[in-house]
Amino acid sequence: MNRLTQFAAVVALTLAAVPFVPRGWADDKPTSAVIGTEGAYAPWNFTDAGGKPVGFEMDLATDLCGRMKIKCSFVLQDFDGLIPALQVGKFDVIMAAMFITDKRLEVINFTRPYAIDPSGFAVAKDSPLAKAGLTGTLDLGDAATTGPVIDKMKALLKGKTIGVQAATKHLDFVKQNFADVATIREYKTTQEHDLDLAAGRLDAIFAQRTTLAATLAKPEFSAYAVAGPGFVKGVFGRGTGAGIRKKDEALLAMFNDAIGAAIADGTIKKLSIQWLKSDVTPP
Amino acid sequence: MIDLDFMAEAFRRLIQGVPLTLELAALSVSLGLAIALVCAMALHYGHRGLTWPIRAYVTAFRGTPLLVQIFFTYYGLGQFRPELQALGLWGFFREPFWCAILALTLNTGAYGTEIIRGALQSVPYGQIEAARACGMTRWLVYRRILLPIALRLALPSYGNEIILMVKGTSLTSIITLLEVTSIAQQLTSETFRAIEVFVCAGAIYLAMNFVVTRIIGSIEYRLSAHLRAAPDLVALPAGGGSA
Repeated sequence: MNRLTQFAAVVALTLAAVPFVPRGWADDKPTSAVIGTEGAYAPWNFTDAGGKPVGFEMDLATDLCGRMKIKCSFVLQDFDGLIPALQVGKFDVIMAAMFITDKRLEVINFTRPYAIDPSGFAVAKDSPLAKAGLTGTLDLGDAATTGPVIDKMKALLKGKTIGVQAATKHLDFVKQNFADVATIREYKTTQEHDLDLAAGRLDAIFAQRTTLAATLAKPEFSAYAVAGPGFVKGVFGRGTGAGIRKKDEALLAMFNDAIGAAIADGTIKKLSIQWLKSDVTPP
Repeated sequence: MIDLDFMAEAFRRLIQGVPLTLELAALSVSLGLAIALVCAMALHYGHRGLTWPIRAYVTAFRGTPLLVQIFFTYYGLGQFRPELQALGLWGFFREPFWCAILALTLNTGAYGTEIIRGALQSVPYGQIEAARACGMTRWLVYRRILLPIALRLALPSYGNEIILMVKGTSLTSIITLLEVTSIAQQLTSETFRAIEVFVCAGAIYLAMNFVVTRIIGSIEYRLSAHLRAAPDLVALPAGGGSA
């Protein structure tokens, strides 16, 4: 064998060894699953002092895996890299407060939703938006009702700087509706836009109501409050579900059954009140 | 599998980040060079009251990751808003761009200090002695002998440092600056096509650094004329010159 073929053989072997297809199951019945999450989205998924992932979704995942009788483990990954990482097989399931949207459904499958949680703004208590007294929950599919409210909010957010997490539907929503009146800054994690809100670099942040509530409960945020209506559907899709590769149909069916059972016996309600302080059980 | 139309589109989007990337790199490299020159000369001068703080600065900034330094200047100092406002510095620290410039400048300044200090020390002592013997003052020795020779000696490693800074600007994506890397991350999250996007982004950095290496190369060429044989002498026949 000459040098070149030796080299080619080494390269080929190395490439063949890259583990693109994960773990202990073929396409019949899975016996284990690696769950990818962000670990920076309290109280949905975050890490405790020891770096272990905890939160609503971790407890839910543990419950679901118990129902399915499979072994589950967790992997942390930045939110904007979750879908690419799922596709190349770094893990088998995404549970990271990810909305089920048409765009994402083009590349991966989602289970039925395990939570529906409106999204909204948090601003300083003395800002125009907070004083406007806009409340309630708006269905973005219903443009006739939401249009005038968004126009009103546009006027209140004129010239402000809004912080949003990158690669999220929140960013899409804020860009679509407020890009012409406000400056939009993109952050890797919600914690970072929280810090910048407290530092006074931002006038508003836009995120899920439950995460905003968790942030605003901290003492540094006593001067801030949730403001304006909560938004659901439309760009935010059909609620929050677990992402699974298209070819893993057996795993998808198992997760759907387990989520159905967890909704039916009130487990999701219990965990959601425990972690998120409100009931996000989908109807 | 690779879609050329999409790559062209990705390339067009990514190119929009180039001005910011170049601005960050150019500004921090030039400010960093100024810091490096001053610090290296102070170290070379060797007064204790000067060398200790400079050594501490260099050790701190060479010994910690640039990512940590960027996080620290932006999010860390952001927590001292009332104090910074009292000092009138908040206008500076409020902007991610200036925080990035500060972190990048101090980082490259620390590395540059070491590069130039090393170069100053490698200037042959005979040259300095000769200059002194001619009656040059300390400052004149710096201006005519030490600095020109040292900068020539420092150039290859300084070129390295500039390239590292061009690539280092990619870390500023974490403080919301929309330079090439953060646009690449946006595109990946919009399209889920990481390969095409990052190949394009990589090509853009490669092109920028290619230009940087060519510029450094040409400066090096011009500064080393005395090390090359004069062209007309090369043509002389061996043992010639009988007339």
